[in-house]
Amino acid sequence: MKRYIFRRLGYAIISLVLLSATIFVFVRLTGDPTVLLVEPGASRGDIEALRKDLGLDQPLWVQYGAFVKNLVHGDFGSSFYYRTPVLELYLSRLPHSLLLATTAMVFSLLIGIPSGVLAAVRVNGWGDGAGKVFALLGLSMPSFWVGLLMILFFSVYLGWLPSSGSGTPLHLVMPAVALGWYFAAAHMRLTRSSMLEVLGSEYVKLARLKGLPEALVIGKHAFKNALIPVLTLAGINLVIMVNVAVVVETVFAWPGIGRLLYEGIAFRDFPVVQATVLLGGVMIIAVNLLVDLLYAVIDPRIRFQ
Amino acid sequence: MTALLELDHLTTRYVSARGARVVEAVSDISFRLEAGETLGIVGESGSGKTTLALSIMRLLPPAARIASGAVRFEGEDLVTKSDREMRRLRGKRIAMILQDPMASLNPLFTVGDQVAESLRVHEGASRRTAWSRARELLTAVKIPAPEARVREYPHQLSGGMRQRIVGAIAISCEPRLLIADEPTTSLDVTIQAQYLNLLRELQREHGLALIFITHNLGIVARMCDRVAVMYAGRLVEIGPVRRIFDSPAHPYTRALLESIPRLADSRARLTAIDGQPPDLAALPTGCAFHPRCPKVEDRCRREVPTDVTVAEDHRARCWLAAR
Amino acid sequence: MSTASAPLSPSASPSRAASLTLAWRFAAFHVGGFPVLPTLILLVLAFTAVFANVIAPSDPEIGTLGERFRPPAWQTGGSEKYLLGTDHLGRDVLSRLIFGARVSMVVGLTAVLFAGAVGTALGILSGFLGGWVDQVIMRVTDTWLALPALTFAIFLAAVVGPSEMNIVIILGAVYWTRYARVIRGEVLSLRERDFVRLAIVAGCSKWTIMRRHILPNVLNSAIVLGTLMLGVVIVTEAALSFLGVGVPPPKPAWGLMLADGKKGLMAGYWWLTVLPGSCIMLMVLSANLLGDWLRVKLDPQLRQL
Repeated sequence: MKRYIFRRLGYAIISLVLLSATIFVFVRLTGDPTVLLVEPGASRGDIEALRKDLGLDQPLWVQYGAFVKNLVHGDFGSSFYYRTPVLELYLSRLPHSLLLATTAMVFSLLIGIPSGVLAAVRVNGWGDGAGKVFALLGLSMPSFWVGLLMILFFSVYLGWLPSSGSGTPLHLVMPAVALGWYFAAAHMRLTRSSMLEVLGSEYVKLARLKGLPEALVIGKHAFKNALIPVLTLAGINLVIMVNVAVVVETVFAWPGIGRLLYEGIAFRDFPVVQATVLLGGVMIIAVNLLVDLLYAVIDPRIRFQ
Repeated sequence: MTALLELDHLTTRYVSARGARVVEAVSDISFRLEAGETLGIVGESGSGKTTLALSIMRLLPPAARIASGAVRFEGEDLVTKSDREMRRLRGKRIAMILQDPMASLNPLFTVGDQVAESLRVHEGASRRTAWSRARELLTAVKIPAPEARVREYPHQLSGGMRQRIVGAIAISCEPRLLIADEPTTSLDVTIQAQYLNLLRELQREHGLALIFITHNLGIVARMCDRVAVMYAGRLVEIGPVRRIFDSPAHPYTRALLESIPRLADSRARLTAIDGQPPDLAALPTGCAFHPRCPKVEDRCRREVPTDVTVAEDHRARCWLAAR
Repeated sequence: MSTASAPLSPSASPSRAASLTLAWRFAAFHVGGFPVLPTLILLVLAFTAVFANVIAPSDPEIGTLGERFRPPAWQTGGSEKYLLGTDHLGRDVLSRLIFGARVSMVVGLTAVLFAGAVGTALGILSGFLGGWVDQVIMRVTDTWLALPALTFAIFLAAVVGPSEMNIVIILGAVYWTRYARVIRGEVLSLRERDFVRLAIVAGCSKWTIMRRHILPNVLNSAIVLGTLMLGVVIVTEAALSFLGVGVPPPKPAWGLMLADGKKGLMAGYWWLTVLPGSCIMLMVLSANLLGDWLRVKLDPQLRQL
């Protein structure tokens, strides 16, 4: 197992390096990065100062080194608009996004897993057909459109739920459903196919041959095995949710990092954009690593290698 | 005296999704099995052996259905039983072991858990009782250090040990009948002999009747009292092992016996049976074996042979045997 | 819509499953398995895109301020001149939707082709050549795959600036990794096949083998992946346009229409939200259904996709 851990760790570090390099390269791709990295309306003097600061006359890898050094020390630049270090901004907004994503994830699992199991157990029956329709709708409707429709229906027409902002649990309902909708469909699909595969396995066959009641066969033998890929995906999806919540957060004015990214674009606040993307990537790589390690703990096959 | 198991003209059909193709995987099969007896079922792959076993257990895949006939176990017809009644029988009075032991065991649960499970479900045993019984069972199937093994996971054991575990699960509730579907096929040759000995011992100790499905006639010779030969879903010959090996009545059986290579053989080449097993969806008219039969006659091409009694307790489906 | 009913033999399938299969067929309008309605929809959309100039009743980019926020013709306040109403600048919604089809199709198809070409090429190189080429391409692919497409696209759009052309390139740059991964997997297994080995033994150059033996065989997967990606790309483009970093105004992208529509949402101007979103959903749904059918038809092994 140690080998497994070290290998995963190595991959994660390589990914981090590549991520920072990618961001770095793309910013410099436009030729003159000062265009992006300088405040709108800055004077010539400011631009020259920045040029010196970034060391733009130096070879690329020296610049990259400086870039990485800053990152490691937590310096992700400062926001033009808010005039605070971006990292601070990011961390202050992150909890809101996590709250939203977690709620959305719970919603998507609560809907996705049972419907997936039902669809698999009643393959080609009514449960499966309904599930297929649900999955298709979920995967074809953009999350922000779902959000907009919900606002139209629940805020404008019915007046039950608030259309923007945060603060009460009621504010959380619509954004979470809008965000989780797509993932519910994805989780349902995966649960269904995973369950079907497991139901066709030899050990389920043997469980039936042992005369175990069907509830035990499905609930104990099939379910736990089928759940593995779903939970793995869910873990990774959680972080993805945090990052793609940009549009949902914008629609509902939810104060998370997604909204921060939007503000960065709207106000041409490039340090915010750069840092948000970078930190998002770091988060995903970190979580992927965590999930892999968790996998090693749960799945006895890897544990004892 | 009622036989332990009696199949009476059993027919099982597979239906394709749109009802277009109907295939008879098991066709009009009848035989008796007494308590404590070992019956070998031999045939090429696709001959319907596994479907026969699953029909007895009433665990056919959704596309298959028992079309007609009866399966009488201890006098009661299993075909008419409800799902719940069958569940009470499975694992408790009739047990079955499958070919691949690694696939048969759930990778996420300990070996002990899986052995104890049957006891807890069928006999309502408490956790502690079931686990101590599980340890005893592991000893019975000759697994060394059972106390430690009981807490291990399937992938930590060798193939031979896994198959023993499967065997332990099978006998845990003291069944009367054990169906073994090619249990040694995925084992090393060196382990096979040990395993077969174990099966025989368990059989003797518990008074088990055994249906042994295999394509290996050598195993049949060692393990079985009687043997049934299947071809294209039909039972083409059945009788005591000694008699069948000495004087097979059906040309297919004869060909099978001849194709076993023997060290002392003077023949230079290996004989194989000409042709391929038939597609069950497109069976030839008359006797299903006739395209490959060296002694085929006109009648064989036209009429499906009926069951002919060749000698006492020896039947065959062949027009030539009728003479 | 006529559906061909499957011959139901009473002795065969259980009646419940059969009636559901019929219901599913009806819902997805499959005839003999082929998704008729989705393909029809896509063709209609393509037709609309090509002949937008002829079909659209008004100019999509110029509006009459006096006619702002008119509801669709069948509601009170609507007029026949603007069948589906007008937006906040008095522009005809129907015309904008029609021209929006062109934008979506053009951007979608071009991006998919671009991503497909690059991704397939790199996937073949990576899978076939192996070695350090493989390692490099795979590490980059994994890292880029770790970044959510939307976030990455937003970042790139912030760097290079939004324009229709740029969006295509950005989408291509973000999505080629999906292709590379899948194609590489295919190539890895193809490499072991006899006809490839024979070609190697016969002394064909690597390029020849890749071109004549590998490429035609992965084309199936690439096409299936393409149809599935089309939906994803269109949604991403809509999201980008919604956020303001996609197709720039006054060009009528559906995503942009949704952003504009939000302005009238609280006032209950539902048609500005429901209609563009429905178009997006329709296009994505049809592409997905077609892709599903292609997947099953062309290569059952790809069912895991």
